[in-house]
Amino acid sequence: MSKRLATGGRLIDRKRAVNFTFNGKQLRGQAGDTLASALLANDQMMMGRSFKYHRPRGVVASGAEEPNALMNMGEGGQFEPNQRATTTELYEGLTATSQNHWPSLEFDVGAVNSKLARFLPAGFYYKMFIHPRPLWKHVYEPFIRRSAGLGKAPVERDADRYEHFHVHTDVLIVGGGVAGLQAARAAAASGVSVLLIEQTAHWGGRAPVDGGTIDGKDPARWVDEVIAELSALPNVKLRLRTMGSGVYDHGYALGYERVADHTPGDGRPRHRLWKIRAKQIVTATGAIERPLSFAGNDVPGVMLASAVRDYVANWGVSPGDRTVIVTNNDDAYRTAFALKAAGLEVPVVVDARAGLEGPLPEQARAMGIRVEAGKGIAFVKGSRRVTGVALTPQAGEGATLEDVPCDVVAMSGGWSPVVHLWSHCGGKLNWDDAQACFRPDPARAPTGADGAAFVVAAGAANGHGMLDATLRDAHAAGKAAARSAGGKTHRKAAPKADAVAEGPMAPVWMMPQGADQKLRAKMWLDYQNDVKVTDVQLAAQEGYESVEHAKRYTTLGMATDQGKLSNINGLAVLSKALGEDIPQVGTTTFRPPYTPISMGAIAGEARAELFQPIRKTPMHDWHEANGAHWEPVGQWRRPYAFVRDGEQVADAVQREVKNTRQALGLLDASTLGKIIVKGPDAGRFLDMMYTNMMSSLKPGRCRYGLMCNENGFLIDDGVVARIDDDTFLCHTTTGGADRIHGHMEEWLQTEWWDWKVYTANVTEQYAQVAVVGPNARKLLEKLGGMDVSKEALPFMAWADGQIGNFKARVYRISFSGELSYEIAVPASQGRAFWDTLLAAGEEFGAMPYGTEALHVMRAEKGFIMIGDETDGTVIPQDLGLHWAISKKKTDFLGKRAQERPDMARSDRWQLVGLETIDGCVLPDGAYIAEDGHNALGQRKMVGRVTSTYFSPTLERGIAMGLLERGSERMEEVIEVPTLGGVTIPARVCDPVFYDKEGKKQDV
Amino acid sequence: MSELATSALSGAQFNGLALIEDAGLCGMISLRGDLAAAAVKKAVKAATGLQLPNTLEYVAGEANAIAWFSPDELLILTPYDEAEAMTASLSGLLAGKHHLVLNVSDARALIRVSGRALADVLAKLTPMDVSASAFGPGTCRRTRLAQIPVAMWMPAAGRVELVCFRSVSGYAFEALKTCAYPGSDVKHHTL
Repeated sequence: MSKRLATGGRLIDRKRAVNFTFNGKQLRGQAGDTLASALLANDQMMMGRSFKYHRPRGVVASGAEEPNALMNMGEGGQFEPNQRATTTELYEGLTATSQNHWPSLEFDVGAVNSKLARFLPAGFYYKMFIHPRPLWKHVYEPFIRRSAGLGKAPVERDADRYEHFHVHTDVLIVGGGVAGLQAARAAAASGVSVLLIEQTAHWGGRAPVDGGTIDGKDPARWVDEVIAELSALPNVKLRLRTMGSGVYDHGYALGYERVADHTPGDGRPRHRLWKIRAKQIVTATGAIERPLSFAGNDVPGVMLASAVRDYVANWGVSPGDRTVIVTNNDDAYRTAFALKAAGLEVPVVVDARAGLEGPLPEQARAMGIRVEAGKGIAFVKGSRRVTGVALTPQAGEGATLEDVPCDVVAMSGGWSPVVHLWSHCGGKLNWDDAQACFRPDPARAPTGADGAAFVVAAGAANGHGMLDATLRDAHAAGKAAARSAGGKTHRKAAPKADAVAEGPMAPVWMMPQGADQKLRAKMWLDYQNDVKVTDVQLAAQEGYESVEHAKRYTTLGMATDQGKLSNINGLAVLSKALGEDIPQVGTTTFRPPYTPISMGAIAGEARAELFQPIRKTPMHDWHEANGAHWEPVGQWRRPYAFVRDGEQVADAVQREVKNTRQALGLLDASTLGKIIVKGPDAGRFLDMMYTNMMSSLKPGRCRYGLMCNENGFLIDDGVVARIDDDTFLCHTTTGGADRIHGHMEEWLQTEWWDWKVYTANVTEQYAQVAVVGPNARKLLEKLGGMDVSKEALPFMAWADGQIGNFKARVYRISFSGELSYEIAVPASQGRAFWDTLLAAGEEFGAMPYGTEALHVMRAEKGFIMIGDETDGTVIPQDLGLHWAISKKKTDFLGKRAQERPDMARSDRWQLVGLETIDGCVLPDGAYIAEDGHNALGQRKMVGRVTSTYFSPTLERGIAMGLLERGSERMEEVIEVPTLGGVTIPARVCDPVFYDKEGKKQDV
Repeated sequence: MSELATSALSGAQFNGLALIEDAGLCGMISLRGDLAAAAVKKAVKAATGLQLPNTLEYVAGEANAIAWFSPDELLILTPYDEAEAMTASLSGLLAGKHHLVLNVSDARALIRVSGRALADVLAKLTPMDVSASAFGPGTCRRTRLAQIPVAMWMPAAGRVELVCFRSVSGYAFEALKTCAYPGSDVKHHTL
């Protein structure tokens, strides 16, 4: 059984107990525990069930690479699945449940899958469920989805806060082990700014556990001293609990800080995503130990050798009383020494290598530990917990030599440098035969915009296993990075380290090397995805030669751990099955994040009210307080209608239209785009931007204009006012202001850069109110200040002046067909102006109206709306707007495109009005159909409804549409099929339904 | 007519890791022109009493200030009630020279941020380098604040003024406030 030792545990505080629950059981750990160490201390070796076969699984590792011990953490708004117990710091009141089991961890129904393992080989789902096709969607997929899946999805809204943090630094160092610390020292001495981040809560990495000396000191003491030294430096920033998540182009990196995972509810943001711009990045990310592939290597109690000594040394936890060590290298002997020092039994060290003469095996023998050279484990005994192992010659096929009872197996298949961050942005790897691992190739580092390398790997992450080599390498890496980042050179030397020399390791990809099918089918490569040696071999046999294909087919290296343990072992098996060398097979692609990061951290502050900026006009608060039913237009919120008590939205629209046509309507038109175009070439420029002539417009006058892109398609419309000889004010659609301003600037900056024109988007400088209806003039005359008579300010004129106490610019323009003034005042006075108009207008029946009333009124007048009548494929000619297209101008944007045969053909869809025979309202977007079929065998479509409303003025449905040869088909009755199957007949008519002569607006 | 005028944020304030305040109505004039031209320098000096700021800089006098916005754009700051007159005066001084002078006082909101954790609060929202060596007193930047464009300058150590468009001033204020909640101290930048 696993238990807390009486002494030891450098990271725990034995005086402070911490209570937590696991699967509803009340348990107790110590401050400084991880959830995994606390569970082990409570004899909870089994921590979950596997994904596919629901096999009992225990913790394997002690850090970020853990594949098995994934937990549902927290409750309610703090629930989160797939949290690794090994990286979860214990806190008071922590609640965790294990995943992938039903009804309980101890007794699981799904474990029957394990008995069916031979029927569930690689690619099983692909093979089994491909036929018959319809069954996949309706039967197989829902069933599989119910029985599979890692963890549960949260149900409640996330209760925590998250944030981003942008940082610029000369050198970013990822990894706070001794390599990262030394790299930071070396870089800092150059005077550059250094940011050092470490994913765990402690500095020093493995060195304090693994021993040796640095500058004659115990590594833990050296680490403390270096941290004190670095903390005192103004150019160094240190950050614990911050993982280097990804490295991207241009020296960009993401750091994932788990600010308050261990102190929930203390008011701090839970996670903080660091967006780092670094001139140079040092990856001192260490190395991960590899498992060995022997039968039953997934039984709870089989652990990585390094993890076993971590639990003893760091947390004072014994994973078991009797530990068999199985290895292909010298490092694992350190686990034997650690266990012995803790008073635990090591019945045997099973070493796959022959002839063991290095100092570490010698030391083991000298301590009286039995060492078996050239041996391996044939299989592990036990199902929910290791009970023993069968030894076998490594060179053989698995014959049992001897049974050794034990409750833990500590395995080591060698070490793989953590090359993820090196590889994210294109760093390449070399295969190192001696250490049987991929390591960074410094000649093929990730490069920046200048073609120079911007990532340097350091220490164990660079393939240096020994302490002295690690520190020398890290020192050089820190210096090199600082130099590339502009630091000054210095002559400081790397510290001298001492560690026991290690003999060469021997690659072992299968144990024993000649294992038969039965054993191979129990050798787990990927614990998280239940991928076995036989699965990878089957994939190879079936033709999956590419490592990327084999990964997807077998699921090797997928899911939350992304193959941190299984990658190298899996591709070694694949390469062997393919008869190729490992480097020829290569690795799968390393992609960020290094370990999963929370969705909350990615969103940062962008949630709820801050999800997106909402643009508000100066009158927004009044609208909100007065029943505004909002409509988003771009990022603006505009009132769709002002709904009164007892009204439906549609009622409000009807009322607003009628009132505006009969009395007086007020529209908040502040969102309308307003762009100033000024300069000696402004007229010439606008003649290019608009289809009609703008340079001939007289100061004081307005003209409606159309804007097309270079393909001839209509992109925006609006009224242009000439302010003076040099200056125009161009109105754009609400959603178009930024886009059209950008469009203007693009042409000015890239094509006509020598034209003397300045533009400015002044949309927000003004609050603009449309005062509309037969009583409009009465209201303005009551307020006084300027002459707004027909004579002084005729239709399509504008004037600066005074309305009441407000300095105003008044435009006589109309989008409703009524007498209308659009009045611009400084935005800061917008609310006061609006209130004044409402109060003074009361006697004239003033009533605000929203965007839907505006739409209805413009449709009654046959005015087009960008985005309704246009969709990016419509030219002005389609809309009967020939009158607004200059024939005199030699050029304008879109002119040549509109002369193309396709634009000029006679059967284009053209704008028409549509009146239903029975007066009903046509559905929006409905197609107009004719008898017969098109080339695809579909019903022939000859047009579509682009705008359709109930007109309160005409008391019937009105619509506009685009119809093939529409202009030639007046009075024809066409058919509009609807989704319900009913076909509605409608008569083609002029799109102007109301006041065709335009008398009402020109009074 | 400033008695009728109200700033978009109506004097809002929040005091957390940093003090965030609506700076109220402020006169702002956008000037586009050839900043290297003697006529422009002369006109600006005559209107504001100030020399043109250098690239990425901000200069301030008693009542007026100028922020460098781009190689051909300045933002001139002056009391709200004087902006109209200064706009007219600049236009007059630059007559005959290709330029654009606009009173944009109402198009924008001005927010003041100050306090010990100023740089840390800003760094949660803007990708620009806010460290003391890159963004010190007298410097000006155009950047973004979360999802909106802003310009900011540092009139004095520990104090930043930030302008954004009026319509999104509420968003800017809320974003700054959220990032200044006590408890979210990053303690990365030192003042």
